[in-house]
Amino acid sequence: MPATDDVQKAQRFREAALPYLDDVYTLARYLLRDASDAEDAVQECYLRALKHFDSYRGPAMKPWLFAILRNVCNAEYARRAHRPSAIEDTPGAAEQTPLWQESEVSPETEVLRSRDAGAIRKLIDALAEPFKETFVLREINNLSYREIAEAVGVPVGTVMSRLARARAMLRAAWTAEEEQAK
Amino acid sequence: MTCDEARILLHALLDNELDAGHAREVEAHIASCSDCTAEFAAQREMQRVLADTNLRYTAPASLRARIETSLPQAQHQQPTRRSVLRGFAMGSAVSALAASGVVAVVLRQDDQQRILSEVVSAHLRSLQAGHLTDVVSTDQHTVKPWFNGKLDVAPPVIDLTAQGFTLVGGRLDYIDARAIGAVVYKRRQHVINLFVSQTSSTEHRPPKTQTMQGFNCRRWGDRGLNFWAVSDIGADELAEFVDKLEAAMKANVEG
Ligand SMILES: [Zn+2]
Repeated sequence: MPATDDVQKAQRFREAALPYLDDVYTLARYLLRDASDAEDAVQECYLRALKHFDSYRGPAMKPWLFAILRNVCNAEYARRAHRPSAIEDTPGAAEQTPLWQESEVSPETEVLRSRDAGAIRKLIDALAEPFKETFVLREINNLSYREIAEAVGVPVGTVMSRLARARAMLRAAWTAEEEQAK
Repeated sequence: MTCDEARILLHALLDNELDAGHAREVEAHIASCSDCTAEFAAQREMQRVLADTNLRYTAPASLRARIETSLPQAQHQQPTRRSVLRGFAMGSAVSALAASGVVAVVLRQDDQQRILSEVVSAHLRSLQAGHLTDVVSTDQHTVKPWFNGKLDVAPPVIDLTAQGFTLVGGRLDYIDARAIGAVVYKRRQHVINLFVSQTSSTEHRPPKTQTMQGFNCRRWGDRGLNFWAVSDIGADELAEFVDKLEAAMKANVEG
């Protein structure tokens, strides 16, 4: 039987961390692109979070959980040896390509047609890391730039440039698909 | 400001992340550059479409339950209104569950909780006039034989008068739809019911105190028997009762 301290700690943890379960699961789904891997990663994330809950000093629970989830996902990437490697924190080739090349379609004529959620999720899934991660954290998990920087462990400037690239790539893929559909 | 810079900063403008000074600079560039005007409009449009689409996922109930059951559970605390409500929420999550392992764990806890609640109800019933004892005696040699033939296994009956807990008698009761022996003690004017039932488990389970409806219940297992001592005396006094009872039983077995 757990000691009273453990039970009380678990109670505080439950109230602080469980409300973000859907947020954490959403990020895991986008990062791992597999429902059952995502479930395992989220459970592992909460186990680790509970273990480190004593040393948690804030400021915000959500970015802290996301940071833990990233580590879990990185381990999962490493396990999937056949897949491209982990979320890179070092600027890769993609990060140094000029933005201009990513939206070759002339922007002024394009109006995006509404798509169903499934089609958009697929486009997001296809984004390269680390751009996808930054995009999901901002656009779907509603983190501020500062919180993303904290969760990912990069400067705010990097967050801004990754986000700009992610959105440019997403729009390019989106319009390219619409071109094909014509 | 160059177009390269603007192509990054216009996102921060869209996201409301720029301070007033930088926001004005980016707006000024966009106003003076048709390429960046078009890019800004296109990105704003995409953000609008994305905001209108549900791109989030919902964690399955089975995942929530898996995480819940992996946390240390509060079993010994007095149930508060909140934990009772949480119990209901948990129940509905479980009934929504197809997965099995989790259900078994949760149900086992519910089972213990249900038996505890039956034990406390039996204690309450016994406090009504005329219900406390079927056999009235302070003599263990009168109480013990009374149980014989009424139960598969007669409960140990031990006089603890010298230790401050007076034996007052015995009673048949029903817990979990089974007949069970209750040995009745008094501490000053407070009744202690000691419920004893047979169990297939012969391992020793150390005593643990739980509280329900304002009563303390100390539960343990030893030599194929389950024990529940229930009373409104303090938890420390009840623990003292159990300690003395266990010591006396041990002495009886060894002696
Ligand atoms: Zn420009």
